[in-house]
Amino acid sequence: MTQGIPLNFFLIISTLMFFIGIFGFLTRRNLITMLMSIELILNAVNINFVVFNKYLYPQQLHGLFFSLIIIAVAAAEAAVAIAIIINIYRNFKSIDVDNVDEMKY
Amino acid sequence: MFYFLAAMVIVFSILTVTSRKVLRAATYLLFVLIATAAIYFLLEYTFLAAVQLTVYAGGIVVLIIFSILLTSRLSEKAPVASVRQQILSALAAGAGAVLTLLTILKYGFPQESVASEPTSAVQIGNALTSYNRDGFALAFEVISVLLLAAMIGAIVVARREKLKEEESNKEL
Amino acid sequence: MVNYAYTLLIPLIPLAVFLFLGLTGHKYKPIVSGIIGTLGLGIGAILSYATAISYFFVNHVDGTKLESIKAFEIPWLHITENLTISLGSLIDPISVMMLVVITTVSLMVHIYSIGYMKGEKGYHRFFAFLSLFTFSMLGLVMATNIFQMYIFWELVGLSSYLLIGFYYTKPSAVAASKKAFIVTRFADLGFLIGILMLSFFTQTFDFQTLTNPNGPAIANNYGTGFMGLSLITWALLFIFMGGAGKSAMFPLHIWLPDAMEGPTPVSALIHAATMVVAGVYLVARLFPVYALTGGDALHVVAWVGGFSSLFAAVIACTQTDIKRVLAYSTMSQIGYMMLALGVSGYGGHDGLGFMAANFHLFTHAMFKALLFLGAGAVIHAVHSNEMGDMGGLRKYLPITHITFLIACLTIAGVPPFSGFWSKDEILVAAWHHDKVLFIIEFLVAGLTAFYMFRLYYNIFWNKDTHYHHTPHESPLVMTIPLMILAFGAVVSGFLPFHKMVTSDGMAIESHIDFAVAIPSVLIGLIGIAVATVMYRKPGSLPDKIAGTFKNFYKWAYHKFYMDEVYLFVTKKIIFRYISAPLAWFDRHVVDASMNGIANTVDATSKSVRGFQSGRIQQYGYVFVVGAILLVLLFIYIF
Repeated sequence: MTQGIPLNFFLIISTLMFFIGIFGFLTRRNLITMLMSIELILNAVNINFVVFNKYLYPQQLHGLFFSLIIIAVAAAEAAVAIAIIINIYRNFKSIDVDNVDEMKY
Repeated sequence: MFYFLAAMVIVFSILTVTSRKVLRAATYLLFVLIATAAIYFLLEYTFLAAVQLTVYAGGIVVLIIFSILLTSRLSEKAPVASVRQQILSALAAGAGAVLTLLTILKYGFPQESVASEPTSAVQIGNALTSYNRDGFALAFEVISVLLLAAMIGAIVVARREKLKEEESNKEL
Repeated sequence: MVNYAYTLLIPLIPLAVFLFLGLTGHKYKPIVSGIIGTLGLGIGAILSYATAISYFFVNHVDGTKLESIKAFEIPWLHITENLTISLGSLIDPISVMMLVVITTVSLMVHIYSIGYMKGEKGYHRFFAFLSLFTFSMLGLVMATNIFQMYIFWELVGLSSYLLIGFYYTKPSAVAASKKAFIVTRFADLGFLIGILMLSFFTQTFDFQTLTNPNGPAIANNYGTGFMGLSLITWALLFIFMGGAGKSAMFPLHIWLPDAMEGPTPVSALIHAATMVVAGVYLVARLFPVYALTGGDALHVVAWVGGFSSLFAAVIACTQTDIKRVLAYSTMSQIGYMMLALGVSGYGGHDGLGFMAANFHLFTHAMFKALLFLGAGAVIHAVHSNEMGDMGGLRKYLPITHITFLIACLTIAGVPPFSGFWSKDEILVAAWHHDKVLFIIEFLVAGLTAFYMFRLYYNIFWNKDTHYHHTPHESPLVMTIPLMILAFGAVVSGFLPFHKMVTSDGMAIESHIDFAVAIPSVLIGLIGIAVATVMYRKPGSLPDKIAGTFKNFYKWAYHKFYMDEVYLFVTKKIIFRYISAPLAWFDRHVVDASMNGIANTVDATSKSVRGFQSGRIQQYGYVFVVGAILLVLLFIYIF
């Protein structure tokens, strides 16, 4: 199904996705959209793992499992992050990241 | 097919991080995730694609949407960072992207994928629970512990307020 | 060998009383704490008497040596293999004698205080401190080693500080207590140095080893030394410095007169009968070492004692505060004891001075406590310390009058009262040793009689002062101790001290040396006669005499300006030329460098704290840019 598509193309997609995620992380002021940006970043990494597994080591499953585990970690991370966000919302009545600066100097 | 998916991923990613409405951004994220799952299908990793769909598209996005509903007013537009911050971030991200792409293109990756048998779920199941040289039992165990910890942590963090209330009720 | 372990109880009962009263005393009525304190001490006194009777009479065969017995000892602090500090109780002639003295006087003072302190604030506190003091003093005299003695020595200093400053709302009392503490503490520094030197050479703290004539202290009397004196002598001089501080010897006496700010029973207990003789006891305790290591240290002891006694007697003649007169009299009498120790030799008849010193210590404790308690009764009746406010009190205070007269006759050395016997022994010892010292003491005997009767006449005779409230005799609880002590002052001279307390434990022969006794009685009588002429009736004679010796009188009245000299030395010299530069150095160099470090850190952290903005996105931005730069650096540049 992937005949004629070079490895580079996948990598380019994932790179762009990754840096779009970073851009989102740096610019969005809402904690939830920041979290979504992080999901984008993780997704980009996942694509990389899977593609490398497919193109370079098709006999092995390491990349696949890495992706699986990253998905699990992402799920865990999302759960905890959302718990924290909800808690922050309760305490600050806001999820704007600039308001949450209690810990500064 | 691939090019369609690639365009979808890029366009919806950009929309995700630029949309002014949070709920819409979440929807775009959902599309990105589904497109990624499609790429996995394309690569013949059907199990991974299924997991991607269920966990990411089905689980995390729903979680995010719930939290959005809990914490934001839908009609409200998300506040936007200052122009200066946007430009700086775009520059940094762009520079990073250019740098990475240059590196990738400079490096001679193989053009064609080697034809191989699609990986079956049975194979994955065996590898996941085997503790041989090619098994991933340890990682499996570790991730299960991590999930447990995350679950407990999430509950504790989210419930703290309630516990305090109960304590103060007891004191009263 | 009799088991004297029960003597341990003698100090422990006051300790228990102190803890009990100190912790729970405020819960009871004041009188209860007084009774508890007195009862505790009563038991201690009974035990002491039992010990003394058992030690001196029942279990002692005439003509044999009085052994020194270690009744009880436990190691308290193991410092090294060879260096152990023990706590215990030592029974030997002088410690038993001191037990009797301390418990007797302390018991009397306790009983007396029940009446005297009535209605005072802090009644239970007073009794708690009294018990603490008694405990410390008993521990001091029963110490088995010099370090234990030092510990209790400091405890005595502390409890004395507490008692002098009992009226802690009165600035003069606070100042006096601080002065006493600092002066004695300064002297104790010498004591500590002496202890360290002595134990360094002898490798022991133990008194029995130290004072053994064949022991290391005496055998190691190194010929070499510092400034012509052997190091052991230096150690002994330093120890004597500690003793001189506690015993208010010149020039460390300045705290004693001020210490009269304390309640009068305290003055009687601490500053007449017990604490101030601790110095004498210390020298007596180490006497074999003093006597058998060349005797240079003893010369110093003798001259310091002699000079102090004369010095204090002259001042006592001019003071008008009755307690201060008694304070200087105490200092003078202790000078006597020191002198007696100083002129003594070790063993046999040479040890007469040692015996005389302890004898005088014993009798002095009785009559001086009596004098102080009598003065307390007078002050109680008149509410003033000044002689000018008194006069003609014999009609109002008959019991106090009689007992005070007995005490005055005793201290003046009129036979057959006890003071005569002990003073006579001292004079005989001085006569045999050094004629100059003898003459000094002879003069002091006359002066003593003079100033005591000056005091007596000014209080009880002289003008008929008109009092606002008619003075009344003190309650029975105060007069009974006076009577008991008066009895003691009369009869204690007949105790066979020459058989009991001697330098080497063997009985010595003692008899009246009429060549010394008759002149000394005569000069005492002359002193009394002069005082009678001058002070019995109000008249201008004293003022005329004071006018004749105007300058000298003024000098003596101002205590020879000793306080001023001290103030000059401390304020003008030490503070200005040593402390002030040190303080300057501390403030401008030591503190400044520390402040500089702190300021630098503070400034640095202020300038970099902007990094901790609390903005996650700023952190993320820095992180991303940093990562990109690292990639650039490692992949494209290198």
